Amino acid sequence: MSLPTNLKYTKDHEWTKTDGKIVSIGITDHAQSALGDIVFLELPKVGRELKAGETFGVVESIKAVSDLYSPVTGKVVEIHQALADEPGKINSNPYESSWMIKVEIKNPSEVEALMDSKQYSEYVSKLS
Amino acid sequence: MSKRTALYDEHVALGGRVVEFGGWDLPVQYTGLADEHKACRTAIGLFDVSHMGEFIVEGDRALDFLNTLVTNDLSKISDGQAMYTAMCHESGGIVDDLIIYKRSKDKFFVVVNASNTDKDFAHAVKIKKMFPEFASVRLDNDSSNYTQIAVQGPRATELVQSFSDQDLSKVKTYWFTEGKFSGEIPCFFARTGYTGEDGFELYVPWDMGPKVWRALVEKGTPMGLKPCGLGARDTLRTEMKYPLYGHELDDDTTPLESGLAWVTKLDKKTFIGKDAITKKKESGIKYSLIGLKALGKLIPRQGYTVHDGSDRRIGLVTTGTFAPSLGYSVAIARVESGFAKVGTKLKIKVRDNFLDVEVTPTPFYNKEKK
Repeated sequence: MSLPTNLKYTKDHEWTKTDGKIVSIGITDHAQSALGDIVFLELPKVGRELKAGETFGVVESIKAVSDLYSPVTGKVVEIHQALADEPGKINSNPYESSWMIKVEIKNPSEVEALMDSKQYSEYVSKLS
Repeated sequence: MSKRTALYDEHVALGGRVVEFGGWDLPVQYTGLADEHKACRTAIGLFDVSHMGEFIVEGDRALDFLNTLVTNDLSKISDGQAMYTAMCHESGGIVDDLIIYKRSKDKFFVVVNASNTDKDFAHAVKIKKMFPEFASVRLDNDSSNYTQIAVQGPRATELVQSFSDQDLSKVKTYWFTEGKFSGEIPCFFARTGYTGEDGFELYVPWDMGPKVWRALVEKGTPMGLKPCGLGARDTLRTEMKYPLYGHELDDDTTPLESGLAWVTKLDKKTFIGKDAITKKKESGIKYSLIGLKALGKLIPRQGYTVHDGSDRRIGLVTTGTFAPSLGYSVAIARVESGFAKVGTKLKIKVRDNFLDVEVTPTPFYNKEKK
């Protein structure tokens, strides 16, 4: 799957999409593939204040449990409940439509510091 | 460095994602755990289980030696029959669970868990030395000489039969026969497995593995065969509540608290661990290994705590997973025996929340009722 060029990426294999002050967060194709068949998604409550690097939820495949990390500081303004109801959709298309939470950020530089698609692609290719 | 089975290149060629397990590099999955699990339940699952350990035990006193070593009563089986059993320390804790195949009155083939192979062999050697009358018994660790391939699923026997010179319809569950695969490769055809499905486990010479594997893949694929990784092997066995060493079984826990009372024959004259286990039984078994069905969406995992209605901790999850054939999560747990009754409502702590669960009959998956 080719990486969307309009997104920014983290070393923990999350992607972010910025729309003004609102940042959507999901997991990358590499992450969903490593996890396998996703059967559970736990999301935070709307209104929760997140710090960059903090766990905001949990995604589980049949055999694996993985924490979800927020790469940005801000307030959760929306959660994707329909995705939590059908988390298998993350496997079929992890980007855009499989956003998990939307965070209202204060500091845009946190997003700017993340990897672009080219950098993330190189980062993934170096992981064995 | 991890060891590789003779089929390593086959796994890589088939897109298997290789991980380290019990000292071995093995595929955790190929196309996807759920697909592989389903293929095994509906058609054929193909597993490389060459990492398992194999011992040869032979001689006039081989039967007596093994019957001293293990908890089940080997005198009850015939030539060509297999028996599942545990093997214990003097303390009653479990060294391993194993399958013993009786080839003849003085020839046995013993299959043990990969990660325990060295420990088991050392234990068997130690026990043999304790009894001078077993000095003449031949005990060899033959693990590196076999490729073991499990062919499991409703169409598995049909596929294996097409390569076998033996009439497999005459081989009952937990029996085996020795013959040729493809007319040339010496093979044990054992009607055993770890999935809850009908099928065979094939033991062939180590370097013949790739030839057998490829033949099965080629002919089986149009029949719905999928190569299955360790992930599917684990979910399939969990749906049957088959124990796995390191989860349900360990060095410190007796078979009676591990769901293995049925293979522990305390009326047998003697076996290693009998005194300790008998004492335990007389003083009352405090823990039971039970099956729990998740009533909510959270997924129980090994190590999570089990609680009663008033939140008191009463046990521990030994295996937990989402069960692909069932569509909900299940757990195997060791709990205080008073909570083992089917229908009992309990809770499992999952991170900061409690998951409601119910003690349920096992196997969790029942072919007839699916």
